[in-house]
Amino acid sequence: MSVNIKPIAVHVFRESVRDRVPYTLVLFAVLLIAASFLLGQLTAGQDIKIIKDLGLAATSLFGLFIAVFIGIALVSKEVERRSIYGLLTKPVSRAQFIAGKYAGLLVTLAVNVAIMTAALYLVLAYMTWQEPANVRAAWDAPGVDPALLGAVLLIFVELALVTAIALFFSTFSTPMLSAALTLGLWIAGRFNADLRNFDAVVESAPAAWLARVLYHVLPDFSAFDVKLQVVHGLPISAGYLAATVAYGGAYILALLLAATVIFARRDFK
Amino acid sequence: MAPAIRIDALTKDYAVGFWRKRPYRALDRLSLEVAPGEVFGFLGPNGAGKTTTLKLLMQLIFPTTGRAEILGRPVGDVAVRRRIGFLPENPYFYDNLTAEELLHYFGELFGQSAADRRARIPALLDRVGVGAERRLQLRKFSKGMIQRVGIAQALLNDPDVVFLDEPMSGLDPLGRRDVRSLILSLRDQGRTVFFSSHILSDAEALCSRVGIVAGGRLVASGRLSELLAFETRGWELVISDARPELIERLGARVSRTIEIAPGRYTLELPGDAAPEQLVAELTTAGARLVSVNPLRATLEDFFVRHVTETGAGARAAFADESHARP
Ligand SMILES: Nc1ncnc2c1ncn2[C@@H]1O[C@H](COP(=O)(O)OP(=O)(O)O)[C@@H](O)[C@H]1O
Ligand SMILES: [Mg+2]
Repeated sequence: MSVNIKPIAVHVFRESVRDRVPYTLVLFAVLLIAASFLLGQLTAGQDIKIIKDLGLAATSLFGLFIAVFIGIALVSKEVERRSIYGLLTKPVSRAQFIAGKYAGLLVTLAVNVAIMTAALYLVLAYMTWQEPANVRAAWDAPGVDPALLGAVLLIFVELALVTAIALFFSTFSTPMLSAALTLGLWIAGRFNADLRNFDAVVESAPAAWLARVLYHVLPDFSAFDVKLQVVHGLPISAGYLAATVAYGGAYILALLLAATVIFARRDFK
Repeated sequence: MAPAIRIDALTKDYAVGFWRKRPYRALDRLSLEVAPGEVFGFLGPNGAGKTTTLKLLMQLIFPTTGRAEILGRPVGDVAVRRRIGFLPENPYFYDNLTAEELLHYFGELFGQSAADRRARIPALLDRVGVGAERRLQLRKFSKGMIQRVGIAQALLNDPDVVFLDEPMSGLDPLGRRDVRSLILSLRDQGRTVFFSSHILSDAEALCSRVGIVAGGRLVASGRLSELLAFETRGWELVISDARPELIERLGARVSRTIEIAPGRYTLELPGDAAPEQLVAELTTAGARLVSVNPLRATLEDFFVRHVTETGAGARAAFADESHARP
C-alpha cells in the first residue's frame, strides 16, 4: 500500500515547486550574499560569526515560512477547493493521504534546507578564502565549520515539527485559522522555557497552573535553537542532538496520529 | 447476481446553524439497488439529496444511519475503489497540473505502470474530447473542459461501476451528445453507470431504470416504461402544402389545429385515432407529410406531479421528526 504514499508525496513536492517556493530560495541566497558583502566592509573577524548566525536564522525563518504556508495550503486548500473528492475516491485511505502529504512536505523541506545550507557554506567558503591566515587563526571556529550541520539538523527537525502542527490544524480548520494557530503555537513554544518559572512571577494560582499545563503540552521550540553555541565554536554533544531529535520525533508522531484520527472521521461537505 | 450498488435506509443529517446547531435531514432512509450492467438515472430537483447520496457512496461523508454497499463490499472498503470511478459535481482539480499530469498522478494511485499510463491516457483524453489540450495547465481550462477531464479521470481504471454527479452540467450541446454516447458505450461494455441529473431528457435517452428523489426521499423508482406507462395520449402530425379547405374538412377528427405558416399545419389527433388513415387521406389530397409523432406522458410530467405532491411537504416533516429525536 506504500505505493499510494509516494505519488501523493511527489505531487506535494511538485506543487511546492510550482507554487514559487524556489523564489524564496533565490531571495535567501541574495540576502545572504548581500549581507556578507556589507559585513566584509565592517569589523574583521566578527563578520564570519554574524554570517553564520544570520545564515542559520534565515534558514530557520525561511523554512518556517515554507513549512507553514505550503503545509497548510496543500492540505486545507485541497479540502476547501474540493480537489480532495477526486483524490479520496481513488484507492487511497485517509491515513495514506496524511502520510503522503507529510512525506511530501518533509522532502520539500529537506531539499530547501539543503539548498540554503549549501548557499551558506558557499558564502562562508568565499569569506574564509578572502581572509588572511592570521585573521582566520583568531576565529573561535573554522569558517567552513562542519559543526554547523548539527544546528541545521535541529532546524530541520524543528521545521518538521512545525509542519506536523500545520498539518494537524489544517485537518479540521480553515487555511487562515490554521496558519494563525500554527504561528501562534510556534511563538508560544519559543517562550516555553519561560513558562516553567511563571509561578515565581505571578500570584494567581489558576494562571500558574495554566502555565504549568502549557509548559508540558507545548513543544519547547527553543531546544532546537543551538545557533549561539555553534557560532561561538562551543561543542554540542551527540547526546543532546539525539535527545532533541527524539523529542521532536515523538511530538511529530503524536500530531500525525491525532491528525489521522480527526481526518478519518471528517465529513467533506 | 449480487447488486452492483445496494443502498439500505441511508440517512444523513447535516448540522446547520451557526450558534445552535440543529440537524437538517438531507437524506431520509433512502433505499435502492442497482443491478450490474444497468444505467441508473438518479433524478430529482436541486437540493433533493442526489449529491449527498453520491458523497455517502464515495464515503466522503458518513451516514447518520443506514449503510451502503458497492459490488458486495461496504463503501468504506478502500479496495473497492480500484473498481469504481467517480465524477464529482462541478469538479475541481489542481490548477498547476496539466490534464495529462493529473491523469498520470491518479493512474499511479491505481498502481498503473508508466507504460500502461502512457498508452492509456492520451487515448482517454481524446475520447472525452480534450486530447488536443492535454499539455495545457488546468487553470486554463473552461468549465466544460474540466468536466471532460473529470469524466476522463472517472474512467481511468476501466471501472466496473461509474458514478457521475450531474455529468452533463457545464457542457455544450455537442458535449452532452458526447457524454451520452460515452455512457451508452459503457453500457455496451457491461459497466454499471449511476448518474444523477435534474435534466430529464438525458435520463429518457439513457437509462434502463431511474430513481426519483425529492426532499431527501425516494419518491419513485423503476423502469422508465413502467413509471411512464408509455401509453400514447395521441398523435401529432405536421403537414405542409395543405389547402385550408382540406383542414376544415377534417372537423372533429383532429383535436387541435395550429397553423405554423401558410399551408403548414400541426394537427393533434386523439389517442384512439388511426393516424395512417388520415395521412393517406391528406397526401392524396395533395398535402405533404412532414412528421408524425406519438404524444405520451413524459418523464417531465411524471416528475412534476411527484415532486409537487411529495417534495416540499416531505421536507418539513423530516425536519420536525429530526428535532424530536434526543
Ligand atoms: N454541507 C451541508 N450543510 C448543510 N446542508 C447541506 C449541506 N450540503 C447539502 N445540504 C442540504 O442538503 C440537501 C440536499 O443537498 P444535495 O444532496 O446537494 O442536493 P442535490 O445534489 O440533489 O441538488 C439540500 O437541501 C442542501 O441544502
Ligand atoms: Mg447535486
